Amino acid sequence: MQRLDPLKESPSQTAGPYVHIGCVPNFSGITGVYPADPGAQMVTKATQGERISVEGVVFDGTGTPLKDALIEIWQADAAGIYALRDPRGPGDPAFAGWGRKAADFETGLWRFDTIKPGAVPFPDGRMMAPHISFWIVARGINIGLQTRMYFPDEDNSADPWLTRIEHQNRVPTLIAEKTGDGAYRFDIHLQGPQETVFFDV
Amino acid sequence: MSDGAFFPRDRSRHPPAYTPDYKTSVVRSPQKALISMPTTLSEETGPVFGHDMLGPLDNDLIQNFAKPGEMAIGQRLIVHGRVLDETGRGVPGVLLEFWQANAGGRYRHKKESYLAPLDDNFGGCGRTITDDQGGYRFRTIKPGAYPWPNRVNDWRPAHIHFSIFGSGFAQRLITQMYFEGDPLIWRCPIVGTIPDRDGIESLIAPLDTNNTIPMDARAYKFDIVLRGRRSTMFENRMEGN
Ligand SMILES: [Fe+3]
Repeated sequence: MQRLDPLKESPSQTAGPYVHIGCVPNFSGITGVYPADPGAQMVTKATQGERISVEGVVFDGTGTPLKDALIEIWQADAAGIYALRDPRGPGDPAFAGWGRKAADFETGLWRFDTIKPGAVPFPDGRMMAPHISFWIVARGINIGLQTRMYFPDEDNSADPWLTRIEHQNRVPTLIAEKTGDGAYRFDIHLQGPQETVFFDV
Repeated sequence: MSDGAFFPRDRSRHPPAYTPDYKTSVVRSPQKALISMPTTLSEETGPVFGHDMLGPLDNDLIQNFAKPGEMAIGQRLIVHGRVLDETGRGVPGVLLEFWQANAGGRYRHKKESYLAPLDDNFGGCGRTITDDQGGYRFRTIKPGAYPWPNRVNDWRPAHIHFSIFGSGFAQRLITQMYFEGDPLIWRCPIVGTIPDRDGIESLIAPLDTNNTIPMDARAYKFDIVLRGRRSTMFENRMEGN
């Protein structure tokens, strides 16, 4: 019998402790190769939307901050359109929607300066509440972890993604804390009673 | 462009999160089941990178950190291949980033303390964007094996780390390329996190004599496979690709 699809996905391997060299070389002290680290700056003056900051720490199962994590985020623009590949586009030409930050080598803190995304439709047409997709890699993480951050000042009660989660008592792990005007905190727990919900998506 | 929902990820192909022989995974592995979700626009779209971001030496690790007129020390290599998806289609226009130790097995990184010396002319990072067929190539030196703190005498086989973007954020992948014939591959606990031999073999690049540049550089071929996707995004509501 013929095979349906000829190929299988390449297996993931950990990003290791030196992911900075390849992904954020300037942050790691390797300067002069790339003019800037990709994804370091998400917003310019021309970007439309409410300026926000999102910061947090990734904690391991002992409660220790990961000081070698790399975080990437992907989000819609202020109108809820994704840059370039969204069939409903075009979106805001001054917003690429993608950010990448390394955790601080001393504290484990990472921070994105971005804009608040608009709502995006679920495949059945219902709207999902505004959210930011996260992808987390580090030494000891064998395959990148996928999760989402939602906003505490939005109505998340009918979100078609969140309402599919069986254990509703875990949904708060996906909702950031508001720490100030336009400032959000989103800590990620890899294990333990507060373990963040991670997705197979 | 193929913009449909992604095929579900075959998790049996990938390392599980908890792999105690790779000790760092023990406290960094989620313990609850991943929650399965259909892909939405948030996963089916992803960042796009243009060739205008690339500098002329970004795909040449022998030169891109070297002082003028100098070169990195080591065995000169061409690494090339294609980025494909599970349906066998080439994936054009995707950013590949790679990083590696120098010829002595030493990384240029402040948290790195291996006694092998740095090479003043080697930074260890490079990047490129795949062509219309999903093809890519770059020039580098062969990285050295290096010891790492896990069990008392663990050594990483020679390897190059790869970060790959696809056409959607749900294809995001980091992996490592190994070299044909390296006996350390089968002793490495990080390689050993991959559940089956076929998966490991898929990360081992063969020597490619046809693409070797005589009297200059040997070639290794490394193809990368990303998740496949259906061909339309809104099958029920929108036409075409
Ligand atoms: Fe390495």
